[in-house]
Amino acid sequence: MSEPEVAHQAAEAPSLGRGRRFVALVRKESFQIVRDPSSILIAFVLPIILLFIFGYGVSLDATRTRVGLVVESATPVTQSLAASFQASTYFDVINGHDRREFEQDLVIRRVHGIIVIPSTFAGDYAASDAPKIEVIVDGSDPNTASFVQSYAQGVVAAWTGLNGAESTGGVPIITVNQRFWFNAELISRNFLVPGAIAIVMTLVGTLLTSLVIAREWERGTMEAMMATPVTAAELLAGKILPYFILGLASMTLCVLLAVFLFGVPFRGSLLALYVLSATFLIPALGQGLLISAVTKNQFLASQLAITTAFMPAFLLSGFLFEINSMPRVIQWVTMIVPARYLIPSLLTVFLAGDIWSMFLPAIAIMLLMGAALFAMAARNTRKRIG
Amino acid sequence: MWWMRIKALIIKEFLALLRDPRGRAVLIAPPIIQLLVFSYAATLEVTNVDIMVLNRDAGSWGQELAHRIEGAPTFRTITHAQGPEAVRDAIDTQKVIAAVQIGPSFSRDIEAGLPTDIEIILDGRKSNASQIVGGYLDQIIDGLAADTPAGQRSASAAVDIVPRNWFNPNLIYQWFMVPNLIASIALIIGLIVTALSIARERELGTLDQLLVSPLRTSEILLGKLTPPILIGLFNITLYILAAVFLFEVPLRGSLLFLYGGAIFYLAAVVGVGLFISAMAMTQQQAILGAFLFMVPAMLLSGFATPIENMPAWLQPVTLINPLRYFLVIVNGVFLRDLPIGEVVKNTVPLAFIAVGTLSAAAWLFRRRLE
Repeated sequence: MSEPEVAHQAAEAPSLGRGRRFVALVRKESFQIVRDPSSILIAFVLPIILLFIFGYGVSLDATRTRVGLVVESATPVTQSLAASFQASTYFDVINGHDRREFEQDLVIRRVHGIIVIPSTFAGDYAASDAPKIEVIVDGSDPNTASFVQSYAQGVVAAWTGLNGAESTGGVPIITVNQRFWFNAELISRNFLVPGAIAIVMTLVGTLLTSLVIAREWERGTMEAMMATPVTAAELLAGKILPYFILGLASMTLCVLLAVFLFGVPFRGSLLALYVLSATFLIPALGQGLLISAVTKNQFLASQLAITTAFMPAFLLSGFLFEINSMPRVIQWVTMIVPARYLIPSLLTVFLAGDIWSMFLPAIAIMLLMGAALFAMAARNTRKRIG
Repeated sequence: MWWMRIKALIIKEFLALLRDPRGRAVLIAPPIIQLLVFSYAATLEVTNVDIMVLNRDAGSWGQELAHRIEGAPTFRTITHAQGPEAVRDAIDTQKVIAAVQIGPSFSRDIEAGLPTDIEIILDGRKSNASQIVGGYLDQIIDGLAADTPAGQRSASAAVDIVPRNWFNPNLIYQWFMVPNLIASIALIIGLIVTALSIARERELGTLDQLLVSPLRTSEILLGKLTPPILIGLFNITLYILAAVFLFEVPLRGSLLFLYGGAIFYLAAVVGVGLFISAMAMTQQQAILGAFLFMVPAMLLSGFATPIENMPAWLQPVTLINPLRYFLVIVNGVFLRDLPIGEVVKNTVPLAFIAVGTLSAAAWLFRRRLE
């Protein structure tokens, strides 16, 4: 409850210099951050949890998937193919002789797929008459379904390579060498952790800031501040400077964890990292200010911040889903998501290095968005007072 | 009469939430926008991406491969690179997601029946999308290999895989996404509305007035938890309508199971929300506390990645996550006509979570008063 007192002091001392007035504001705001455990929670505890989940918990990497394997008739050829599936490190195989044994298991997800080697297989294989196997998967989980399909293909290809393809002596006609630059082993943590950092900065910049300032509007302390000699611009700048620093501190903690705990490579420069992060915080904070000025209510502010900042940072930023593949209208929406411009550059700083020809346009757009958001926030702030 | 008192409190809670037109709007508009935008945005299909081809082969097979890549509907533009520097630059700056390099002896090897190779460079910063693109390119190259003289000789011996996608034959991603979003968005709105309920009164000082009223603690909590459950059910109904009529997700199971599960799910969510609310001193703490629960709950629910893929020490943590159970129910009832045994198996833990969190909230609330 210190805001009214501080505001009162500022009002009593009109002779104070602009600089000292500003320092007083920043100090007051910083005290509030330090005193409220929830700010620390969001700026330091949640990021650690988020990084741990992305670092250890959420793995997009392949693990053993449980499948049912049906060998309809046992012959040396079908046994040999079945043995390949049993030996695969991608599958945890339960054996059976009839697909009906597994149909209910697929419904309740005790297995994620059924691989059927039909009774016609051995004959067709011997006669080179297009032998077939069936792979039944649970389409209600498309991710796992695609995994099972492609691993089954891999097992069959390896088995075919060992057992024949006489024309090329077991070597495929065209070998495809896929090389993933910047993340050769496709460790999902290497792109999830940098993405999480962008989300953390969105939370501090937009959600936390919008809540804090909405509360001041709710309680009327914002109006009290307006009555002091502090100008609107000074007031807004003084409010957000501590959150700007908090956002960078939170980002620094995340980067330290990412590099030293999770072993995410850091191939770019600290300069690029801080320039990009600082630039991103401008539109993020501007959005937080605008939300609080428009809603002046913490519940509304939280819902708006989640809908327009937090969830878009996850889903509309290119972090998890490819923007080019979204419907055109959604692609337009992504244009106004600041995280969209940060995440590719942040991933580049971590995994590729400094590529300024990529960073500079992103920085320019984020600055432009920041300016627009601040202008709108300032307009809304002034209008409400006038 | 006690039910009159609770009824009065419930009406008051509804008024507090719905009196303000913006408050009404925020309970309906953001959840609907989230459902619409995010279910269209989230797709694992990759289309419209740009590819680069570096063809060093003078023969016809290299050209044929380039043509087939150009003809594939997945790719938007195909740029022909003059040298490896152009490839490096295009990948570095993400102008293309992948570059296919065809070596100088490609056609010669194929004509001679020798094994040959193709190199594909993919952008590992977009590992999801680039793996999918890699898969598409593999298919195109496999198709080309089958058409070579050597491929035609061995084609009849190759093992065909007949894929069958049960419950979702065309693997439409929205069928998976929309039911999952129903559960997740209900979590967001239910949790925050409840978390704020006591915290707001505490911050505004009206909690004391409530305490000196004839209402008992359990009655206050009952009055606080009813409106969020009703609002949650209203939202879930809206989403089910959107899922069935807008997104055309098949609803194969019983609506009764779905609503039965939803009531216990909302009770569990509201229990967690009330517990947070009893703990928080201010609205800000309540919202941020709700957030601290919500984010891990969404990530550790099996939504994005299967729980079995998580490390063994982390899997038990998901047992107290209400979203985990309701995701199974909502996805199962929509797509797999989940049998009643499975519905019950996932509803019982929800009931336990609800009872546990509500008792904890009541205990904490009483303790805070003393």
